Amino acid sequence: MNFKAMTALAGALAISAVGAANADPDDDTLVINEEIEMVTKTAAPEHMEYIDEIMSGWHFRSDETQALEMDDFDNPGMLGVESAIEAWDTVEGSAGKACSDCHGALEDEQMVGVRAVYPKWNENAGEVWTLETTINACRTDRMGAEAWKYDGADMTNMNALLSSISRGMPVNVAIDGPARETWEKGKELYYTRTGQLELSCANCHEDNYGNMIRADHLSQGQINGFPAYRLKNAKLNSVHARFKGCVRDTRAETFSPGSPEFVALELYVASRGNGLSVEGPSVRN
Amino acid sequence: MADGVKPRVKVPKKAAAGDVITIKTLISHKMESGQRKDGDGNLIPRSIINRFTCDFNGTNVIDVTMEPAISTNPYFEFEASVPEAGDFNFTWYDDDGSVYEETKPIAIG
Repeated sequence: MNFKAMTALAGALAISAVGAANADPDDDTLVINEEIEMVTKTAAPEHMEYIDEIMSGWHFRSDETQALEMDDFDNPGMLGVESAIEAWDTVEGSAGKACSDCHGALEDEQMVGVRAVYPKWNENAGEVWTLETTINACRTDRMGAEAWKYDGADMTNMNALLSSISRGMPVNVAIDGPARETWEKGKELYYTRTGQLELSCANCHEDNYGNMIRADHLSQGQINGFPAYRLKNAKLNSVHARFKGCVRDTRAETFSPGSPEFVALELYVASRGNGLSVEGPSVRN
Repeated sequence: MADGVKPRVKVPKKAAAGDVITIKTLISHKMESGQRKDGDGNLIPRSIINRFTCDFNGTNVIDVTMEPAISTNPYFEFEASVPEAGDFNFTWYDDDGSVYEETKPIAIG
């Protein structure tokens, strides 16, 4: 019996066991501000062996939660974006510079598309950098300012701002060339079981998406919508904070946000969403 | 005044006389319930928006008493009929005595 058939069988058994708890993704269409049309379902990138169609986590949420993301006024994540817009023009550090001194005013659209290609190989550093690493390098090296906490509010807000201006563009992280080694490490982590519950990312997000995990719906664990505003903690959440939460839930000691392990995992998970629209700041529960 | 409080309102720019329009409001506020404790076990004092009102040309449209169980960044969406051109006035009342106001004009056309 091949792997996919086993998964289907397990799914059928689970449904008959617990009654018809419908946790399947829906077929709604996501258009933001009646303007930005989003790709939320598309063919899986070639490197994925066990999934044919990739889907944004948006499809796994209730209509009410989905609606919150369809209008920027309703999206509480935009509060973080607004505060990052202020930070963009704020001079900080010994060099007397703001983000806008190098990267221009946000209206100049110089930063559009940046979010879509991160994490990305950095030639000078000789390693893969996330957007967070890059922002902090800007702050410490060019601005002479203090680094932000990797998954703190300032950093996550700025990430949300850069994401918001790239919404609708396809995620397109490079996994060939020098980034390949890191990507392989990330893949390894994705399929490695951790914790007392011995769960890998794949056990939930590949084998069981569309099923219930307790009272919640399991998505494919796509990160195209990050930073995500979660209703449960009423703030924007970074990818690494979410990773940490997931690994913790397997009852394992987690890696730290910003650690090489999570950077590798972010590259791998991002590449599983190549082709989906950049969606952050998204709204999830 | 609590930190980072900023009112936001969305009202259509114009409507036909007698039209029912949808108004959306959101104010960023931490809405500290007064039930939580800090790391040392001390109660964090309550700090919420306790009342929200909307008036149109002096006539009250909505007047809400808000309680501590309301989540952070309270959002209200409601409908109002517009008999004439004029101003919608929105007011939020903070526990600490601060009052936040916002005005949006609407034209008939």
